[in-house]
Amino acid sequence: MQGDHLDALVTAAADGIAFDGLVVEPEGEGYVVEVAGDRQTVDGEAQLRAVLSESPAYVSNWYVWHAETPQKEDRWSYLRWLEGAEEAGVPERYDALDDGITTAWGQLLITANADDDGHRRYTVVHEDDAGTAPSDLTTYEDPLDARTIAKHDDGGKYRPLKTAPTLQTGWVFEALDPAALVETVDFFYPATIANWHREREGELDVNHWRETMERQSGIYGVVQTWDRGEGKEHVEWVAEACCDDSQCIKRREWEYDEETELDYDGGDGEFPCREPCSLVISAARQWTKLEGEQTRTYEFELTPSEKEQIEAVVDAVADGEAEEIREADLYDDANRYRTRFLRAKLFDEDGNLGGVETGE
Amino acid sequence: MQALVIAAHGSHLSAGSSTPTFDHADTIRAVGAFDEVRESFWKEEPHFREALRTVDADEVYLVPLFISEGYFTEQVIPREFRLDDWDPELWESDGTSADTATLTAEDTGQTVHYCGPAGTHDAMSDVIVQRAESVTGDPDVGDGFGLAVVGHGTERNENSAKAVEYHADRIDAMDRFDEVQALFMDEDPEIDDVTEYFESDDVVVVPLFVADGYHTEEDIPEDMGLTDDYRTGFDVPSLVDGHRIWYSGAVGTEPLMADVLLERAADAGADVGDAIERVRSETGGEPASSD
Repeated sequence: MQGDHLDALVTAAADGIAFDGLVVEPEGEGYVVEVAGDRQTVDGEAQLRAVLSESPAYVSNWYVWHAETPQKEDRWSYLRWLEGAEEAGVPERYDALDDGITTAWGQLLITANADDDGHRRYTVVHEDDAGTAPSDLTTYEDPLDARTIAKHDDGGKYRPLKTAPTLQTGWVFEALDPAALVETVDFFYPATIANWHREREGELDVNHWRETMERQSGIYGVVQTWDRGEGKEHVEWVAEACCDDSQCIKRREWEYDEETELDYDGGDGEFPCREPCSLVISAARQWTKLEGEQTRTYEFELTPSEKEQIEAVVDAVADGEAEEIREADLYDDANRYRTRFLRAKLFDEDGNLGGVETGE
Repeated sequence: MQALVIAAHGSHLSAGSSTPTFDHADTIRAVGAFDEVRESFWKEEPHFREALRTVDADEVYLVPLFISEGYFTEQVIPREFRLDDWDPELWESDGTSADTATLTAEDTGQTVHYCGPAGTHDAMSDVIVQRAESVTGDPDVGDGFGLAVVGHGTERNENSAKAVEYHADRIDAMDRFDEVQALFMDEDPEIDDVTEYFESDDVVVVPLFVADGYHTEEDIPEDMGLTDDYRTGFDVPSLVDGHRIWYSGAVGTEPLMADVLLERAADAGADVGDAIERVRSETGGEPASSD
């Protein structure tokens, strides 16, 4: 146990302490001390020190949570949650921290440890790297580096959405102190800790689809004309297209409006999505324009296999699987050669399917 | 506690758009003038909408990393940051003179000192000059050189042209370059005719843009005739109609830009100690003048 932890605790004891199973109350010239329900009275500071020295974990635990962790409520609660502090008592928790307590946060795996003096240190890796030896990963210690890692996926493609399930692998953040851990998480997944905490406190400020669209202006003002009688159904498609867990790991909490919930599932993410994001708004702008068109009837002739092939191509693109289909896998309907054959057969020189012009 | 929050545009398409914002934020972090520094974006995350809740400080200096006053600084940023009682009149600006207004954020209760955009701060003139030094590799560049400051023009926002002219006039008054001219992409005097506006053999061209992207990397080089196709690249300097054109790319990537952000916050009352002097000396700027 570190002496300065005990010194700080003894100083604070004058005002009384009750934290994680440790109670110290001034009483006359002495103190009442209670550790894990075991209550005793001590005469003065020297005795208080002696008694507390027998429970070093309780002392360091008090110190860490009052002097070493960020005191901003959401950050503090998040760090407590990471080690299950509201569920497990100090001895049990310290045992677990010896081995490391690992929690998933999006695609991150965060492991909390405590050293002999109770100082918390955190390791962060990609969930897909859980079984990889740290020596095979690139080690980082500066939270600012998370911004760079978060920018591109494993294929080098830019990630405009931080919470897309495409976080790149191959790195590890080690020996982060509590403030650095919170910073790192916030660079990977901005504002998720703050919104998670607000939700836990019942204070998440959800802005639903309609109010968010009504707020838009400039080139996005067009989304205010979204509703053409079937507005909610169209928003269902937006949620299915953009907000599914396969596209974004936030859990959608916004609905069509205060009274009208969307049927499409909001997902299982640990942290909430409180309003349509800028990507959804940009996409909605495009759909507002496209969905203003009326349907018309075109006539094409397709074999049953060709119809299924077109469906498979749409599926492959929508699910981001087109690039994974092997060149020679001609059994896959969305195979490149198969698709090129379909184009050669069905498109005219102007790119019209079945030679049928799109028309104005 | 005080925090600096930088509000920048960001991009859904270009990974490099946020890079200058990160770089300037890191420069300011390194001098420790603020308890926290946080980047925020219109198109990236943290979004303007949720940036304030990610900082602990009760006192926030919010500086738009935008070039001019207009739609973003007057409508989008105050609305998305939920700045209660915002009114552009609070800035009492003539289009380039916005300084600061103190407001309360509706969702977090933080006190927000909402500053004018970086691009119209006087210190921006120094950044343009330094950009000219960087691209020519000459710390004394000026004699025998013309300088063109390039902006978008009025198509979208008349203040955008005002900001360009403001800095061109200020730099002209420094008597450092033989000639200084404001040029635009979509109005006269146009960047296409750059060589017609200068007698000097050497002309430095500095676009007043925050980040490099379509306009600064494709449009402007092609419009000026540095290249027929931006993908094939061009030399610096490039010879156009007998003039050597020293094209610098976006001024916002110049490291000294961090100083402008810091000065905006200091003007709004932030206690930044000697950070301005330190940032200026670390990013190659002259020591700040006492005024």
